[in-house]
Amino acid sequence: MTTKLSIRDVQKSFGRKHERKVVLDHVSLDVGEHQVVCLIGASGSGKSTLLRCINLLEPIDDGEILLDGVDISEPGLDADPIRRRIGMVFQSYNLFPHMSVLHNITLGPTKVLRRNRAEAEAAAMELLGRFSLADKAAAFPDQLSGGQQQRVAIVRALAMKPELMLLDEVTAALDPVLVGEVLNVIRDMRTEGMTMVLATHEMGFAREISDLVCFLKDGVILESAPPEQLFTAPQRPETREFLERVIASGRL
Amino acid sequence: MTELDEGAGTVSAPSRVPGALTRREEWLRRRRRRSTTVALVSTVLTFGVLFVVVTNSSGWPKVKEIFFNAERFKEDFPELLGYLWVDVKLFLQCAPLIVVWGMVIALCRNTRNPVLFPLRVFAAVYTDFFRGVPVILTIYLVGFGIPKLGLLEGEFHFLWFGGSWTSPYLWGPIALVLAYSAYVAEVFRAGIESVHESQRAGARSLGLSQRQTLRHVVLPQAVRRVIPPLMNDFLSLQKDVALLSILGIIEVFRRASSIKDLTGNFTPIVAAAVIFLALTIPETRLVDWYTARQRKRTGGSVIA
Amino acid sequence: MKRQILALVAAGSVVFAACGDDSTESGDTAATETTAGGTETTAAGTGGDAAACAEGKTLEAGSLTIATGDPAFPPYVIDDAPESGQGFEAALALAVAKELGFEGDAVKWVRTSFDTAVAGSDSNFDFNLQQFTINDERKQVVSFSDPYYTANQAVLGYVDGPGAEIATVADLKGLKLGAAAGTTSLQFITDVIQPDAEPFAFNSNADAATALDNKQIDAIISDLPTAIFWANAGAEFGGIDNTKVFGQFALGDEGGDQWGLLFTLDNPLVECANIALANLTASGAIDDITTQWMTDYTEAPTLPES
Repeated sequence: MTTKLSIRDVQKSFGRKHERKVVLDHVSLDVGEHQVVCLIGASGSGKSTLLRCINLLEPIDDGEILLDGVDISEPGLDADPIRRRIGMVFQSYNLFPHMSVLHNITLGPTKVLRRNRAEAEAAAMELLGRFSLADKAAAFPDQLSGGQQQRVAIVRALAMKPELMLLDEVTAALDPVLVGEVLNVIRDMRTEGMTMVLATHEMGFAREISDLVCFLKDGVILESAPPEQLFTAPQRPETREFLERVIASGRL
Repeated sequence: MTELDEGAGTVSAPSRVPGALTRREEWLRRRRRRSTTVALVSTVLTFGVLFVVVTNSSGWPKVKEIFFNAERFKEDFPELLGYLWVDVKLFLQCAPLIVVWGMVIALCRNTRNPVLFPLRVFAAVYTDFFRGVPVILTIYLVGFGIPKLGLLEGEFHFLWFGGSWTSPYLWGPIALVLAYSAYVAEVFRAGIESVHESQRAGARSLGLSQRQTLRHVVLPQAVRRVIPPLMNDFLSLQKDVALLSILGIIEVFRRASSIKDLTGNFTPIVAAAVIFLALTIPETRLVDWYTARQRKRTGGSVIA
Repeated sequence: MKRQILALVAAGSVVFAACGDDSTESGDTAATETTAGGTETTAAGTGGDAAACAEGKTLEAGSLTIATGDPAFPPYVIDDAPESGQGFEAALALAVAKELGFEGDAVKWVRTSFDTAVAGSDSNFDFNLQQFTINDERKQVVSFSDPYYTANQAVLGYVDGPGAEIATVADLKGLKLGAAAGTTSLQFITDVIQPDAEPFAFNSNADAATALDNKQIDAIISDLPTAIFWANAGAEFGGIDNTKVFGQFALGDEGGDQWGLLFTLDNPLVECANIALANLTASGAIDDITTQWMTDYTEAPTLPES
């Protein structure tokens, strides 16, 4: 299996000299093509930051990030072409409120990939159809439910035909009723072979869908294993403690 | 009608006639009727008393003669209405330029490119200066001062505009554009900064460049948000156009003032005020309506 | 609820009662005319005692407050220093003051703008003089003394500018004309000349001069003496280089604008001032002052209508 994404010894801190907070501490991770990796851990453990670093939204202080073996984390490198290849979906959807759903989806393809409008719209409608949102094409984000908005956000990312998808706690802000429809979309993407890295609180889903689960605490990947192993027989006490708390709160 | 069965511990409500009001609705309706009556009585009483007091006071005939003279009003109002066109024309010339130049200054102020740093400095100095100096001084400096340099001669022609290079009809509007762009630039800046970082994150992660993000995602939202304060600034501009009269331009205020000087009567000034109000009051209501609508739409994220 | 309504009605009645009847209060100081010891000589020009007349009628007891423009220009006031008595209006004002019994430190000077004075908005003086033309409209809000000078309107423009070929009033129609707001000059433009292009009305004579200097207008209409001053004085003294008076206008039954001292409406001091002026005229003092200060400012060809 070829390695799609390789994160090597990445360091990231926030804040100035006297208040430096280390957010990612010697983080290393390999994601193979078509693999799904789930990041789990408490809030503030560094999951979101890691995803934003992969996407180059945040610069890393040290270490390397390789995409298809090429270092994309070189300081000063033009990030735009790389971000085209990586799709990201956020917890707060981040749809553009002043544009229709269709326009949200076609903005990237027309402006960045330079497709012509008709082509981009056709492709967008096709994607929307696949996720049962075709009738919402002319609607505006504020007219959609949370679940619909998140699915549109995923479609928007997919419209760029990314090689890798990053999903940052995409169901955390959703009504439990709506969570299911988004998870279905993610399942479909997995079936189609999309390489994905997800940060999630949905343990059951993580267990079902991932090839690899990484547990983060205080910016360090403490344990990294296939789901059956990590969820049933966690090695580290911290992992155990975390999973116990999750089970106690009824989320597993 | 079901009985209250207290003994068994269950309570059933008396059944209602369909269409009848609930107890609370009844009470609310009674109360509302009472408040309306009180409000009406109170208003009529207050204004009635005020009216009687004012019109019976010893000074009223004099005030009426000087400020609310009917013949003067009849004579002056149509003439002044004609001069309103001068103000309106000047306003229409300034307004679009202010929007454009204000946006340019705002963008210069926000630029992060080190090569463009002098632009940033320029924009900061510009806004400080033109927001700090009273508009009337700016008009004086630009309208009289620049032609005084003696560097301008002859005529110019641009589309449908034409005139002398020294004309107050050129430098007056330029002065207003310079002054008001500073205010408008700050409004745009506030708007740009109010667009949440997550919007930029969403756009950048699609692969949009800094410029594309600004152009397609940030600015459209920023501009929509600042329309209420912008409308207020333009309301202000409509009134400040009258300041151009110091450069000699005869517009509503100057004409009213001239009539006042010649007749000693202030009614023309009152007439000019009425004319301005006839314009600005509907506009204010429009701004209020638009602001309320935006607030409803975007759930409160409107700068006003 | 009932209590609130009662309270409102009570408040209303109180307000009504309190404000209803203030017609017995008179605010103006000039309203009542019987002051202790003041002779009321009403006949003008009969050689009366102006000083006795003026007793007790000035703003401040024991001093006379005179107002003029800010700044005041030659030939009416030299060096913007009216106290010196240098200049036509400065000299005349001091002569009148002396007749009224005020000299030296008893004479105080203040400044007002032209158009606020003529609209009756200012009252911080006993009288004001700034080349005010007497006319009926102004008499509704201020009072004037008898006239002390008669001046014509004149037009001032560049020697080599668009106005250089002016020979008649009709020739002025094509020019960009300016005048000070609120003046009879501006009225003259709109009523008599009726130019093709909208004229310019400035806050003051000084602004009009600036506009001409900037070549923002082609010509100024103003009083003849003022126009001559602008044409002849150097730029450092407030004149405009390279200009000349193209002509004066023949008009009016009185032969031009009549200037009078300006007083607040129905001021009793007016009669006293008229006595003073009559005395000064009879003694030839006004002629002397006029000759001394205004001789150089009266010569200009008369422009025919067409």
